[in-house]
Amino acid sequence: MTDAREAALLATELCGIKMQTPILTGSGTFGFGEEFADLTDLSRIGGVVVKGTTLKPRRGNDGVRIAETPAGMLNCIGLENPGIEVFLQKTLPRIRPYGMNIIVNVSGGSVEEYGLLAQKLDIPEIAAIEVNISCPNVKEGGIVFGTDPDAAAAVTKEVKAHTKKPVIVKLSPNVTDIVAMAKAVEAAGADMISLINTLLGMQIDTKTWKPVLGNITGGLSGPCVKPVAVRMVWQVAQAVQVPIIGMGGIMTAEDAVEFFLAGASAIAVGTANFTDPTSTARIASELAAYLEQHHLENIRDLVGRLELPAKEE
Amino acid sequence: MILPEKVTEAASVIAQQEVAPDVFRMELSSPAITELAKPGQFVQVRILNGDHILRRPLGIAECDRTRGTFSLFYRIVGSGTRDLSLLVHGENVNVLGPLGHGFDVSFQHPLLVGGGMGLSPLLSYAQAKRGACDILMGGKNAGELFWQSFYAPYVEKTILTTDDGSLGSHGFTTTVFPDIVKQETYDGVLVCGPEIMMRGIARLAKAAGLPCQVSLEKRMACGLGACLSCSIDTVNGARKKVCKDGPVFWAEEVFA
Repeated sequence: MTDAREAALLATELCGIKMQTPILTGSGTFGFGEEFADLTDLSRIGGVVVKGTTLKPRRGNDGVRIAETPAGMLNCIGLENPGIEVFLQKTLPRIRPYGMNIIVNVSGGSVEEYGLLAQKLDIPEIAAIEVNISCPNVKEGGIVFGTDPDAAAAVTKEVKAHTKKPVIVKLSPNVTDIVAMAKAVEAAGADMISLINTLLGMQIDTKTWKPVLGNITGGLSGPCVKPVAVRMVWQVAQAVQVPIIGMGGIMTAEDAVEFFLAGASAIAVGTANFTDPTSTARIASELAAYLEQHHLENIRDLVGRLELPAKEE
Repeated sequence: MILPEKVTEAASVIAQQEVAPDVFRMELSSPAITELAKPGQFVQVRILNGDHILRRPLGIAECDRTRGTFSLFYRIVGSGTRDLSLLVHGENVNVLGPLGHGFDVSFQHPLLVGGGMGLSPLLSYAQAKRGACDILMGGKNAGELFWQSFYAPYVEKTILTTDDGSLGSHGFTTTVFPDIVKQETYDGVLVCGPEIMMRGIARLAKAAGLPCQVSLEKRMACGLGACLSCSIDTVNGARKKVCKDGPVFWAEEVFA
């Protein structure tokens, strides 16, 4: 397939953001993009969602921060990041030349902090803001806002009031009713919804009888969470009008296709970046081939095309 | 900090040998990475049996640029290293590397100090500086010092210590270090092994007025400085990543 043909099949637009491919990178799994510059063509990624950024620098959690699980991994990094000022002054000028859509994932300790972060990111270099209300690894903020529809709506409203950028709200799967969460943030003005963040998990060392992770619990990601993610994308897609960015264990184009069929307009690759740092480019090429095989002209023709079995009368 | 150039490469197993109980030496055909590798760098090995989402970080031990191969040493500590040990000649892994910042190569006559699997990355330095280094190695017993034969072609002098006195001096590398650096004129010390050993040697090297580098080990996912699994505290309070800023650091940077 020619590059031009591949580009035509994959090009898409989300809330005015022009994307070369519908493939983004999951926050926390791709750094600031630059770390992967030797290994994959950054300009061919739909967008880079940079590591969760907070108002002040955070050192993250102590002790062991990752563990492998069957078909996945646990992490408890704890939002280590240099803080928004260092990001704006040092990181951003360094990564701008790569020509990526830069989406900044933000996490606040209070509703007001989310607003301040949004205000600071309301600048031309930033394509969109992803609001992280679902980090399972920090005590304050994060998951507190992600498990209560009213709190999630309050954060969304505050962010919307402080920026003209498209606002993506990233939902946590650690809730009973994902649809209620999605409806709440949509009603509060979210322009897009991304899901899912990691599932809260735990691993115990049977030799020492101690938790493997320094933070005791951590977020589970990788292929083992994919069925949960696909189910949630499908449920949410039927309940909201805003575009959905689907993620959770996508390793191949076939995995990605499941999310598009379920109703996602774009997808993000996360854990797969660790297994294969060239995943984003590989999945893009595989996805273009899939679209061609199925006689589709563009990725948008696949979104929400799930065929349900006819109900018996 | 700009990262050195790196690639991913399909690598076939050329040789695999159990050199001590549960310790393996694996040789991989990986021409691009062999060409780029500098002493003290590491690779991220992907085991292709479908059971491992994470790669395993392993130090490059020796490079053969003519044949395009490098060797790794590892101990079986979990399911990943166990699966790695089951691979035979001709089977493939995928290798990402070379990664991280290696040892300072400007030393003329350094003393290498190593223990356990820490002797693996030091071997790459001994090989690159053929004839320039002496090695001081410590182990629990004589069996753990199988490394001697791998170092023999590359080093001038080998000094051994064992915890049980079954080979070389009875005691630790730290026991004999002060005397050794008095007897010979070294211009630096490179150490890799258990943290207690590295801290001890770093302190003694400082007392002897010798510059000292240490090579650290941490669990890591990406190996590229992106995931922040391997963050450490440094003496001046700054956070550093073992994979990207290290694995080799100046001792005074990481040990107070």
